[in-house]
Amino acid sequence: MMDAPARSRAISLEVNGEQIEMEVQARRLLVHFIRDDLGLTGTHVGCDTGNCGACTIHLDGEPVKSCMALAVQADGAKIRTVEGLAAEGELTPLQQAFNTHHALQCGYCTPGMLMSATALLERTPHPTEEEVRYALQGNLCRCTGYVNIVEAVIAVGGSA
Amino acid sequence: MLLREVDYARPATVEEAISLLAKYEGARPLAGGQTIVNVMKARVAAPDVLVDLADLDELRTIGFSSDGLLEIGAMVTYTQLMGSSEVEVARPILAEVASTIADVQVRNRGTVGGNVCVSDPTNHLPPLLTTLGATFTIQGGSGERTVSAEEFFIGVYVTAVGEGELLTKIGVPPSSGSGDGFAGVTIGKHGTYIVNAAATISGDGARIALGCVGATPVRATAMEERLAGSDFSEESIRSAADGLGASLDPPSDVHGSSDFRRHLAEVSAVRAVSQAAERRTGA
Repeated sequence: MMDAPARSRAISLEVNGEQIEMEVQARRLLVHFIRDDLGLTGTHVGCDTGNCGACTIHLDGEPVKSCMALAVQADGAKIRTVEGLAAEGELTPLQQAFNTHHALQCGYCTPGMLMSATALLERTPHPTEEEVRYALQGNLCRCTGYVNIVEAVIAVGGSA
Repeated sequence: MLLREVDYARPATVEEAISLLAKYEGARPLAGGQTIVNVMKARVAAPDVLVDLADLDELRTIGFSSDGLLEIGAMVTYTQLMGSSEVEVARPILAEVASTIADVQVRNRGTVGGNVCVSDPTNHLPPLLTTLGATFTIQGGSGERTVSAEEFFIGVYVTAVGEGELLTKIGVPPSSGSGDGFAGVTIGKHGTYIVNAAATISGDGARIALGCVGATPVRATAMEERLAGSDFSEESIRSAADGLGASLDPPSDVHGSSDFRRHLAEVSAVRAVSQAAERRTGA
């Protein structure tokens, strides 16, 4: 039996290892579901046009921009947000490297940078500078602090 | 951002998707959402019903037809194209161009079907698929039909896919010794194109298509004719491109005047053809 189109949908998904069931409006952007419905405000809304990458999360293991997805599209998916990185309260090597290398200035882009770089390091544990820059192309830092961010990511690969 | 109210359905089969698209006025397919969600935010378009194709696994495959055509499902993402051994063997230019579209996050969600069905004149794939001689399979309530790129791209944001129809797959002939090239000038490294050009050189000569200079990809037919039987030396490619710009009527906007686009069209076509010539293996 085919479901008729509806204004809202009961979705079931895993967020940072926790199973969530919730009724959401079809028009709700995934980033607002994460921030406002789940209270995970580490994921930022930057430009809200799909350019800046501050809203980057992992959807089924791949970095995506959560301002360019609807919450209903995540039905059945596994999501990881920046809160899922140091789940046990201990910084990941990447988070620690961001601290050590002063890869944060205002910090607004940091959650998205961390999620994109985490995805890169999972696939390419020892990335070159070129690979790091390619992987972070969808993340803008308006403080223009790219040099330290790139150094931090490379350092994690080099120290592994 | 708060979007306008919209209805949502997630069909389990292509047939269900088509019947939903046919049944509801204002229904639009939702593929990767990398265009339509932004368009909805800007309220440039406001679909009444979104038919999410996410569960249609048969649209996510890359394979070969019985007659050797590379078949790419409409829901195949750019990331999938980049990692496909079939694409690498049959037509690696597709992966190469996909790797320059936007950024990792967009490539993980954006689909081949979405790229062509949006028919944005600045998109990468329309001119490329035009020179590759790709075919587009459209399924509707009364069956399926297959059209050429020339028939598929009708206008800005308009394709041959009608109401109650769905693009299901794109067929691309394998290269068999031909050379493919793609060049252009973007806003920022992997940004929107100001002008782009795709070229394919095979035994019969060159096929060249330009993007961003018209509503749909524009074939550089005069340049193609001048290159028939050419040795594809740099000099002959450059002289074949003479007058190409003057034959075009591209738009002017904040990124480039019409005259600048005419100039870029010649430069891009020369670069794309030169790249294609270098890559021929059957020559």
